[in-house]
Amino acid sequence: MEFINPDVVDLSRFQFALTALYHFMFVPLTLGLTFMLAAMETVYVVTGRQIYKDMAQFWGKLFGINFAIGVATGITMEFEFGTNWSMYSHFFGDMFGTPLAIEGLMAFFMESTFVGLMFFGWDRLSRQAHLAVTYLVALGSNLSALWILIANAGMNMPEGAHFDPETMRMQFESFVDLVFNPDAQAKFVHTSVAGYVSAAMFVMGISAFYLLRGQHRQFAARSFRMAALFGIISTVAVITLGDVLGRLDYEKQPTKIAAIEGLWHTSNPPFEPWIVAALPDDAKQENHYEIGVPLVLTPLITHTFDQPITGMHELEDQAGPRIRSGIDAVAALRRYGVTHSGTDLAQFSAHEQDMGYGLLATRHAPGQDVTAIPADQVDDVVRATQPDILPNVFVTFWSFRLMVFLSLWFFALFAISAYLSLKRRLERSRLLLKLCMWSIPLPILATEFGWITAEAGRQPWTVFGWLPTFLSASSHGMSYMVFSLIGFVLLYSVFIAAELYLMFKFARLGPDHDSMEPHAPAAPMVSAFDMRPMAS
Amino acid sequence: MELYAILKIVWAAVLGVLFIGLGTMVGMDMGVGTLLRFVGRNDGERRTALNIIGPHWDGNQVWFILGGGAIFAAFPTLYGTSFSTFYVVMITLLFSMILRPVAFEYRSKADSRVWRASWDWVFLVSGFVPMFIYGAAFGNVLEGVGYHFGWTGQYYQDQSFLSYLLNPFAILCGLMSVGLSVYQGGAMLMLRADDPIWSRARRYAIGGGLVAAALFVIGGIWVQFLPGFVMTAPVNPAMPANPLHGQSVAMVAGGWMYNFHAHPALWLLPLVGLGCMLAGVAMLAAGRSVAGWWLGLGAWAGTITTVGCAMFPFLMPSSTAPDQSLTVWNSTASEYGLGCMLVVAGIFVPIILSYTSWCYYVMRGKVHTADVVNDTHSY
Repeated sequence: MEFINPDVVDLSRFQFALTALYHFMFVPLTLGLTFMLAAMETVYVVTGRQIYKDMAQFWGKLFGINFAIGVATGITMEFEFGTNWSMYSHFFGDMFGTPLAIEGLMAFFMESTFVGLMFFGWDRLSRQAHLAVTYLVALGSNLSALWILIANAGMNMPEGAHFDPETMRMQFESFVDLVFNPDAQAKFVHTSVAGYVSAAMFVMGISAFYLLRGQHRQFAARSFRMAALFGIISTVAVITLGDVLGRLDYEKQPTKIAAIEGLWHTSNPPFEPWIVAALPDDAKQENHYEIGVPLVLTPLITHTFDQPITGMHELEDQAGPRIRSGIDAVAALRRYGVTHSGTDLAQFSAHEQDMGYGLLATRHAPGQDVTAIPADQVDDVVRATQPDILPNVFVTFWSFRLMVFLSLWFFALFAISAYLSLKRRLERSRLLLKLCMWSIPLPILATEFGWITAEAGRQPWTVFGWLPTFLSASSHGMSYMVFSLIGFVLLYSVFIAAELYLMFKFARLGPDHDSMEPHAPAAPMVSAFDMRPMAS
Repeated sequence: MELYAILKIVWAAVLGVLFIGLGTMVGMDMGVGTLLRFVGRNDGERRTALNIIGPHWDGNQVWFILGGGAIFAAFPTLYGTSFSTFYVVMITLLFSMILRPVAFEYRSKADSRVWRASWDWVFLVSGFVPMFIYGAAFGNVLEGVGYHFGWTGQYYQDQSFLSYLLNPFAILCGLMSVGLSVYQGGAMLMLRADDPIWSRARRYAIGGGLVAAALFVIGGIWVQFLPGFVMTAPVNPAMPANPLHGQSVAMVAGGWMYNFHAHPALWLLPLVGLGCMLAGVAMLAAGRSVAGWWLGLGAWAGTITTVGCAMFPFLMPSSTAPDQSLTVWNSTASEYGLGCMLVVAGIFVPIILSYTSWCYYVMRGKVHTADVVNDTHSY
C-alpha cells in the first residue's frame, strides 16, 4: 500500500479552504440581494413608482458584478471534490453526489437561465413577467443553497447511508433521511439568512455613503430603510438558528461543541461558566487566561439546567475502545475483500460502527497499515490515536466567538438604524452612517468564521465518524498541488481586483447614471467610441 | 435483466445526452468566444456578438456543471478517478472556464481600451481551451489511462500527466471538438446578427464544420488500429459497483470496433454524424442558419453516440490494470441512488427544457449594434 503524503493532504485542505472561503465571499450577497431585488421590484409593480424600478436596476447592476465571480468560483468547488478528494468522492459520492446533482437540476439551472432574462428582459417582458423572473432567480439561488447544505449536512451528520463491505463505500439508502437531516434544515436557514444579513448591510452601507454625501437622498433613504428592516429580521433569525445548531452539535458532534466552548473537562451543571475569551492551547490541552460568565453555558447549549456537556479529555477516553474495535473492523474488512467468507463478514459487522475510528489509527500504525499491527503494539497505537479525534481547539473556539460577537454588533447596528430611519432622524446621525458604511464587509467575515467553525470543527473527519480527512485526498504528488495553488492565487487575485474596481466604480457613480438613459430614449446611435477599431 | 443493470444502462445513456447537450450548448457559446476577435472588428461589433449569447450563456453553462454533477452522482468512482488522474488537464480546464463568466459580466463595464481588449483575449482562451480539452479527454480515454486501485478503493496513478497532454490522437479529438464548437457558434451568430458579422461568421462556421468532418474521418480510421479494450469473460451487469473484482479485460488492436462488428446497425451513428456535418456546412453556405444550427446538434449526437457505442460498457479503461477498468457495470452509484436520481431527472428535465426554450423565445430576433451600445443592461 502506498503511503499517504501528509503535505499533499495539508495543501489539498489549504486549497479547498481557500477556494471555499473565497467562493463564500460572493454567495451570501447573491442569496440576500436576489430577495431584496425581488422586494423592490414588487413595490414597483404594485405602486408603479419609477424610483423602485431604479432601485431594482441599480442594486441589480451591483448584484451582477458580484454574481459573476460567485458563479465562476462555484465551478471550482464542483471540480475539487474529484480532483483533490477522489477517495472521499468514491467513499461518499453515492450519497453526496445526489444532492449536488439535484441542486443542478432543480436550482442552479433555474437561477442561471433566468438571471439572463432578469438582466436582458426589462424591455421584452411585461412588468409581471419580469417580476416573476426575478423571484425565480431568488428562489433558484436559495434552493441551490438548500441542496448544497443538505450535502454538507451529510458530511457532518451522515444520515440515510450505511457502509457496504461489497463496494467499500457508504451506500445511499434513504432520500427522506438525507433531505430531512435536522442539521441540513437548521443550517440552510442559518446560512441563507446570514446571506440576507450580508445583503442588507451591503445596501444599507452604500445608502449610508450617499446620505453622508447628500447624494441621491430619496433613493438612498428608501433603500436604507428597506435594508435596515430586512437586516434586523434576518439577524434575529440567524441568531435563533445558530442556537438550534449548537443544540444539534451537542447531540451529534460532541467533539465540535466541546472545542467550540473550549471545554477540556466535562461541565459542572448548572454552574459551568461560558468562556468569553481564553487562549486554548492544543498542545497542552488546556486554556490560558480564561474569562467566563458563570451559569451561562449549560442552558445555552443544552437548553436545560442539569445536563452535563462532555469535555474533550473524557471524549478522548471514550474513543479508546472505539479505536480498538475499529482496528478489528478494518482488519476484518480487508480479509473479507480477499476471502469473501462469512466469518470475516460477521467479524466486520460486529465492529462496523467503529470502522472510521480504526481508519483514524492509520497514521500511527507501523507502516501505515492498520490491518497488521503486532498485538503488543495495539495499546500504543490506540493511545497515540486518541488525541486525533479532536479538532483544532484554538481555531474552532475563536472562529465561533468572532462570529457571535459580530452578530451581536449587527443586531445593535440594524436595530438603531431601523429606529432612526423610521423616525427620519437618519441624516443627522453621521457617526451611525459611517459605522454602517464601514460595516459592509463584516457580515461576510462573520459567515466565513461560521464556515470555519462548522468545517474546522468537523475535523478530523470528512464524513463524521466514518472517513478521516487524511485518507480522503487524491493520491497525487506535490507538484500537482503547487501548480494548482499558484494558478488559484494568481487568478483569484485578478478576480478580486477587477471586482472591487467595478464595485467601487458603480457604487460611486450611483443610481442616476443608471436610470438617466431609459428616461430619455435618444435616437439609437452608434458613437465613434463603439466604432473604434480594436487591435486584432 | 435485473433492475440495477437497467438503471446502469439508463444512466450511461443520460450521461451521453448530457455530453451531447454540453457539446452543443456550451460549445456554441465557446465558439462565439473563440470567434469574438475575428467576427468583430470594432467594439460595437464585438459587443453585438457577445450580447447574442449574453442572455443564454449562464444557463447553457449549466449543461457543463450538470455533466460533472451527473458523473459525481451516478458514477462516483469514475468522477473521483478521472478528475484526479487528469489533474493538470482538469485544473487547466477549470482555470480557462472560470474566466468566462467574469469576462461576460466585466468586459463592457469599463471604457478603457486595454481593459476591453484584454477581456477579448480571455474570451478566445476560455472558448478554445475548454473545448479542446473536452475533445482531448475523449481521445485520452479511448487510448486507456494508467491507474490502479488499492484495497481501500483509493486509486493510484501509473502515468505522467505529460502523456495526456502530448498525445497525438487526443490532440486530433480536441481539434475536432473545437471545429464543431466554432461551427455551432458561427451558426448562432448568423441566426442573430446582420452583416458584417453574419458573413464573417458564415465563413468561419463553414471552415469549422469542414475541419471537424475531416478529423472525424481521420479519427475513425485511426481507431481501427488503436488498441481497444474488450471483456474476455462474461460479466455480471448487476454486480456490486466495485472495480476490484468481477471483470477480466484485455487490450486488443482494433478492439473498439468489436461492438460495430457485432451490431452492424451501429454504423448508422457515425454516418449520421458525418452527414450532419456536411449537410450543415451546405446549409450555412446557403445561408440557412436555423437548419445549420440543428444539424450541428445532430453532428454532436452522431459523434458522442459513436464513441459511446464503440466503448460500451467501458467508461475509462485502465491501460496498466485492465481488469480494474471503470465500466458502466462497476463504477455507478447504488441501485437506490440511481433510482432516486432518475425520478428527480424525470421531473426536472422536461421543466428545464421548457423554460430554456421560453428564454430563447423571449430573446428571439436579430441583435443590432445600435441597440446594444445604447442599452445599459447589455454586456
